[in-house]
Amino acid sequence: MKLDAKIPSGPIQDKWDTHRFEMKLVNPANKRKYHVIVVGSGLAGASAAASMSELGYNVSCFAYQDSPRRAHSIAAQGGINAAKNYRNDGDSIWRLFYDTVKGGDFRAREANVYRLAQVSVNIIDQCVAQGVPFAREYGGLLANRSFGGAQVSRTFYARGQTGQQLLLGAYQALEKEIARGGVKMYNRHEMLDVVLVNGVARGIITRDLVTGEVEAHVADAVVLGTGGYGNVFYLSTNAQGCNVSATYRAYKKGAAFANPCYTQIHPTCIPVAGDHQSKLTLMSESLRNDGRVWVPKRKEDCGKKPSEIAEEDRDYYLERKYPSFGNLAPRDISSRAAKEACDDGRGVGPGGRGVYLDFSDAIKRLGAKEIGDRYGNLFEMYQRITDENPYEVPMRIYPASHYSMGGLWVDYNLMSTIPGLHVIGEANFSDHGANRLGASALMQGLADGYFVLPYTIGHYLASNKFEKVTSDHPEFRAAMEGVRARTARLLGINGKRSADSFHRELGKILWEKCGMARNEAGLKEALQQIPALREEFWQNLTVPGSGDSFNQQLEKAGRVADFLEFGELLCQDALHREESCGGHFREEHQEEGEAKRNDDKFAYVAAWEYTGESSAPVLHKEPLEFENVHLATRSYK
Amino acid sequence: MSGTMNITLKVWRQAGPTALGKFEEYTARDVSPEMSFLEMLDVVNEKLVMAGKEPIAFDHDCREGICGMCGMMINGAAHGPSKLTTTCQLHMRSFKDGDQLTIEPWRAKAFPVIRDLVVDRSPLDRIIQAGGFISVATGSPQDANAIPIGKPDADESMDAAACIGCGACVAACPNASVSLFTAAKIGHLGLLPQGQPERYRRALKMVAQMDLEGFGGCTLFGECMEACPKGISIDFIKRMHGDFIWGAISERPEKAVLGSG
Amino acid sequence: MRRRRGFVFAPNLGNMRKFWDSSVGKKVVMGLTGLVLVGFVIGHMAGNLQIFMGMERYNAYAKLLQEDIIEVTWAVRIALLVSVVLHALSAWQLTRRAWAARPVDYALREAQVSTYASRTMRWGGVFLALFIVVHLGQFTLGWKWLLPEFSRGAAYGNVVLAFERPFWVVFYLVAMFFLLLHLLHGTWAVLRTLGVAKNAAEPLARRIPVIIALLVTVGFSLVPLGVALGVVR
Repeated sequence: MKLDAKIPSGPIQDKWDTHRFEMKLVNPANKRKYHVIVVGSGLAGASAAASMSELGYNVSCFAYQDSPRRAHSIAAQGGINAAKNYRNDGDSIWRLFYDTVKGGDFRAREANVYRLAQVSVNIIDQCVAQGVPFAREYGGLLANRSFGGAQVSRTFYARGQTGQQLLLGAYQALEKEIARGGVKMYNRHEMLDVVLVNGVARGIITRDLVTGEVEAHVADAVVLGTGGYGNVFYLSTNAQGCNVSATYRAYKKGAAFANPCYTQIHPTCIPVAGDHQSKLTLMSESLRNDGRVWVPKRKEDCGKKPSEIAEEDRDYYLERKYPSFGNLAPRDISSRAAKEACDDGRGVGPGGRGVYLDFSDAIKRLGAKEIGDRYGNLFEMYQRITDENPYEVPMRIYPASHYSMGGLWVDYNLMSTIPGLHVIGEANFSDHGANRLGASALMQGLADGYFVLPYTIGHYLASNKFEKVTSDHPEFRAAMEGVRARTARLLGINGKRSADSFHRELGKILWEKCGMARNEAGLKEALQQIPALREEFWQNLTVPGSGDSFNQQLEKAGRVADFLEFGELLCQDALHREESCGGHFREEHQEEGEAKRNDDKFAYVAAWEYTGESSAPVLHKEPLEFENVHLATRSYK
Repeated sequence: MSGTMNITLKVWRQAGPTALGKFEEYTARDVSPEMSFLEMLDVVNEKLVMAGKEPIAFDHDCREGICGMCGMMINGAAHGPSKLTTTCQLHMRSFKDGDQLTIEPWRAKAFPVIRDLVVDRSPLDRIIQAGGFISVATGSPQDANAIPIGKPDADESMDAAACIGCGACVAACPNASVSLFTAAKIGHLGLLPQGQPERYRRALKMVAQMDLEGFGGCTLFGECMEACPKGISIDFIKRMHGDFIWGAISERPEKAVLGSG
Repeated sequence: MRRRRGFVFAPNLGNMRKFWDSSVGKKVVMGLTGLVLVGFVIGHMAGNLQIFMGMERYNAYAKLLQEDIIEVTWAVRIALLVSVVLHALSAWQLTRRAWAARPVDYALREAQVSTYASRTMRWGGVFLALFIVVHLGQFTLGWKWLLPEFSRGAAYGNVVLAFERPFWVVFYLVAMFFLLLHLLHGTWAVLRTLGVAKNAAEPLARRIPVIIALLVTVGFSLVPLGVALGVVR
C-alpha cells in the first residue's frame, strides 16, 4: 500500500483553484449514467447525495434510521465556523486555517485544512439560501459568537440547535432530489460490506432492517459518510446506533484506517448517574463562557453540599492552571484537568466522577434573567435529567467521548486507499488533526458534502473506465454470502450474555485504559483484555429472534462485534504513538503536566492496513509538512 | 434521591406489520428514579434477552431529545406525562412505586406498526418531498447577509423549524392529523424571504400530500401542541390555512409554471 | 410578514376542486358556513327577545319576516339551507376521514388540553341538526304532532303554548347547552381555520368566543325560561 495524498502543487492559497481547473469533468449528458452510492445521511452524506443528484448523477443513499433527518449531526448544539469576518475582528480564511491547524496540534494536513477554511464561506451562503434560520440581530444581519476558545467571533448558530438546522437544510435538499427522482433513498438499511471488483469499490451489501433481507447494490463509486466511532467507549454523547461498522468493513477490505487514537473527549457532559446509564448528554461548551469550574480543595469536603464549601476551600483549577484562558481552555485540556482532579479524589457527585460548573458569580454579576436568556434551554435540559436546579446549585459535569478525529485515510480528493471508495465528514481523518476545535465538525461535514466531493467524484468518474458489473458478479455473491454467514453465526451462538453487556465491558476497558490519558502498561493490558473479551463474545453471545425480521439485538450484536475488533486497533495506534498530542495524551510524555509532542518522530499520519484476522495490522506513514503554519507548542497558559 | 421502585408495564407486542398484536405485562423491578424511561426499558429488555425471549422493540437513537426517533404512548399521553419532553428524556422520577403503565405505539393508519412499538413514519418524509424545501441547488448563492431578515421573523421561523419530526402530534391528535408537522415546515420556510417564491404552491402541495397519506384533518383540539416536545404552536396551523387559502385562489395552474422554467 | 405578490385572483376549476377535496378546504368551507350561521343565530336571538316587548310587537315582527319582506326571508333561508348543508357535509366527510385515519384505537388515550366543547362538536352538531328540524317543524312548518295548537300567524301564542310544556323547555335548554358548546369551540376555531387570527402566547385561550357563545345561548334561553317562569304569558 502506498499513501499518495495527491496534494496539488503551488502556493496553498491556489491549490484548490488549480486543482478544480485541472480535474476532469463529466459531460452533463453522461452524468445520469453514473451511479453513486452514499452511505449515511448526516450533514456530509445528505449534502453530498443532494449535491451530486443536482449535478445529474444517479444517487442511492442509505441510512440505518427511519429517515435521513435522524442522523446524529442533528445533535450538534453550538455552531458552525466560517471565515466571513462579518464582525470586522480580524478574521480571515488564513486565520481560520491557522487556528484549525494549531488547534489540531499539528497533526492535520495543511492543504485540506486550507481548503476547508476557503469553502467555509460558501457553506453559510448556501445554508441561508436553503432557509436555515440562523440567529440574527435586530438589523436583520447574521449574528455570531465566539466559540471553543477562538479569539474571533466566527461561529454562526441557530439557538442551541445548529446541527439540527443545518441537517434539516441538507435533508430538505435531499428530499427535494428524492422527489425529483435523482436520489433513491433506502431508510432502515444498514451497510454490512463494501464490494470490490478488480480492486475497485463497486458497491455495497446491505441488510434491510425491517425485512432482514440482504441486498447487493452496484455502483460506479461508493461514498461513506457514516460518522465517527465514539461509541466504542459505550458511554458517549453519540447516538445509540452510531457505529464503526461501515468504516471498519471498508478497512477490512483494504482501506487504511488513519489515527484511530485521536478521539475527542468533551469536557462538559452530564456525569454518569448509575450502572443503568446508556448515554451521556452533552451540555454546550458555551456554558464555560459564564460558568466557573471548581472542585473542593480537600477530599473531605467532597461529600458536603457545594454551598457549605467556603470560597477559600474551592479549587478553581482551570483558572489556576491556565490564567489567560481560564475556564475557556480547549476541550482536551479541560477534560484532562477534570480527570486529574477526580483521580486526586476530589471529584463530586455519584462515584466521585464530576466537577462543579458554577454560575453563581455570573448570576450575581448579570442577574438570573440574563443567564436565563443565554442558557435557559440548557439549564432546563440539565434539570430534566438531573432534577437539580442550576440556578441554585452548581451543575455537575464530567468529560465524555464525543467525536473521533481519526477515520479512514483519504487523499486530497477524499478518496480512500481503495479506488472509488470516498469518505466524507467525521468518517474520514483529514481535517482536524489530533483535536477538533468547537464548531468545526459541522463545517467539515458540509464542506466535504457540498463543495469538495461533488467536484472530486466527477474527476474520479471521468478518469476511469467502468466495466459493466451486476449483482451476480462473483465478488458480490461472495460478499453477500459472507454477510449471511456472519448473521447466522451471531444468531447461532446461543450463549448467555447480551451484546449490550459485551459493549459495556469493552467500553469500560477503553475508557480506563485508552480514554483521556493513556500509558504503555494500561494499553498493553487492554490489548490483552480486548481479544479475550472478543473470544468470549463469539462463544457466549445470545441474540434472540431471527435474521429475517426486524431484530434490534442482531443489529446491535453486529456493531459490537466490529467495535470489539476496532477497539484493539485503537489501542494499538495509541500504544505506537509515543507522544502526547491533542486528544491523545500519553502520561509518559508530558512536561509539568502538559502534553508533550514529539514532532521529530511523530509528525505523520498513522494509516493502518488490515492484513488478516491473525496477523497484526501494518503501519504506513504519511509525513506531515508544515510550510505555512510553523510547528509550535500549543500553549494556553 | 428516593429509593427504587417497582413498575408494572402493559406493553403492546406485535411481531410484524400483519401480525395480530396484544398487550403483555412485565414488571420492572428496582427502577432507579435517575433512570430515563428508555433505560428502564433497556433493563426490562436485558432480562428478556437473558431469558431467551425477544425484547421489546422500540425506536430510539440520540437519547437527548433531538433526533425524533423515539416516541410511544405512555398511559395515554404521547411521550408520557412530562411537558416538552421526548420519551428518551422522560425520567422515572416522574412515576412512583407501584405505578402501572400502559405503553402503546403511535396509532395512525398512516403509521403502520413495524414491530411492537416501532412504526413506519415515512409519510412525514413524503410530506417534505411534496414541497418542504426551498428549491436552491448547491452552488454560489449570494452572500448570506445580502437579504436582511428581521429578528422577529427569523426567531419565529426558528420556533417552527425546531420540529423534530417525531410524530407525537399525529399520535396525540384525536383525528390522527399531521397538521402541526406540516404547518411547522410551511411556517419555517414561509417566514423567510428565501421561502417566498414557492410559499403558496408549497402549502397546496404539502396539504394535498398529507391528505393523500391518510391523516385526518385538523379540528383544533390543541392536543398536538401539548404533546409536541418542542412546544410548536398551533399558530402555525392557522398560518398554513392562510397560505393554503391564498394559494387556492391565486396560484396559477401548474402548466404555466413548468413552461417558464 | 405578509409579502404577497400583486393580487392575482386566479381561481380555476382545478384549484377549486383540489380545494374542496382537501381537508383544509373542507374545514374552510365549514368555517365560512359556520360564520354565516353564527351571524344568523345572533340576529335570530336578538329578534326573539322582542317577545319580552309584548304580543303585538312580536307578532308584527313575525309578520314582517313572513309577509312583508318574504323575498328577503327566502333569500336568507336559502343561504342558511346551503350553509347548513355544506357545514354538515364537510363535517361528515372530515369526520369519516378522521375515523379512517386511526383504524386501531388506543387502549388508553387521555385528553390533555382539548376542551369538552371541542370534543363534542360532532355529536353535538348532530343533535343541533335534529333540533333545527324539530324547531322548524314546531314554529315554522307547524307540524301538529309537535305542537297540536299551532296556529299560523300567531307566533307569540305558539311560543307560549309550546313552552308551557316543561318537556319543551327542557328540550330547548339542552339544545342551547349544545349550541353553547358548539359556539365556544366554533367561534374560536373559525378565525384560526380561515388563517386570520393573530398569533397568541396562549393559542388555546379564548375570551371573545366565550362572550359570543354566552350571549347567544343565554339570549335564546330567556324565551323558554320566560314562558316557564310566567314572565311571558
